[in-house]
Amino acid sequence: MLLALGASALVAIALLSDLIFPRLLEMWTRYRARRRRAPELSFDPGRERRAEQRARELLRSCVNDEEWAMYRELGFIRVWGGRNGRSEGGDGAEYAYLIYPHRPIVAYLAQTGRLLSEYCVAFPDETRPYGSVRLPDSDDVLAKWMALTGDEERLITTANMHLPGRQVDPAQVQRDLWRLSRWERARMRVAGAGAEAAPPN
Amino acid sequence: MKPGHGEVLIAEGDVELAEEEQRLIEEFRRQLDAGLWAAVPVADGAGRREARMVHRFEDVPRDADRVIFFPRAAGGS
Repeated sequence: MLLALGASALVAIALLSDLIFPRLLEMWTRYRARRRRAPELSFDPGRERRAEQRARELLRSCVNDEEWAMYRELGFIRVWGGRNGRSEGGDGAEYAYLIYPHRPIVAYLAQTGRLLSEYCVAFPDETRPYGSVRLPDSDDVLAKWMALTGDEERLITTANMHLPGRQVDPAQVQRDLWRLSRWERARMRVAGAGAEAAPPN
Repeated sequence: MKPGHGEVLIAEGDVELAEEEQRLIEEFRRQLDAGLWAAVPVADGAGRREARMVHRFEDVPRDADRVIFFPRAAGGS
């Protein structure tokens, strides 16, 4: 009797092993995964500050003096749209972009300041050298600047386009455009005063 | 460009020296194969600055003093 029961149990286990074994294996894998300690990726403010400092130097060496001053004093850089084949200063440019660090690129009409769209784009480094995919602020701005001035169409095609106001407050963008116009007027006044003060050649 | 690090020097050399140029070409390809984009900052005489995206080493101007590699753009949320 006992032998018959034992044999039946063995047969039942053999028949059910295809169902039971994978489930047991999965449970064991999950248990191991839960027990495994995640590597500690502590945030190091000193490292981040040094990275940002290096990124600022790199940005400064790439953009022109006006763009660097704009970023340093206003916190964003304006890039004219459709740069290919246009002269500097936005002559004839119908639209421009505002580049903010780690925020969407905002497109607007140069003449009226009307906001056109937001382009959400990221430059993730999946190697996560320090546990993060996020570039320093100034590197993010430089990456956007290079991608926009180097191949505007490709960047815009890659980005996710949204209506204005999805992530960046339109009122804040309008304030930034107002600040930008005041800032440019002030620079022109200073440049004009400098030219008048300079002795004629 | 690296998160948590900023600018990292990957390789340097003189393109006029064949051996060094070959090393630069190999490193250039390695970076592009890793999925990075490459750009060369350029300036014209009028003070205009912009980047030139390069897809092949031959596209890099011979007088360029650097090529910047940065992560490929992806649509953000």
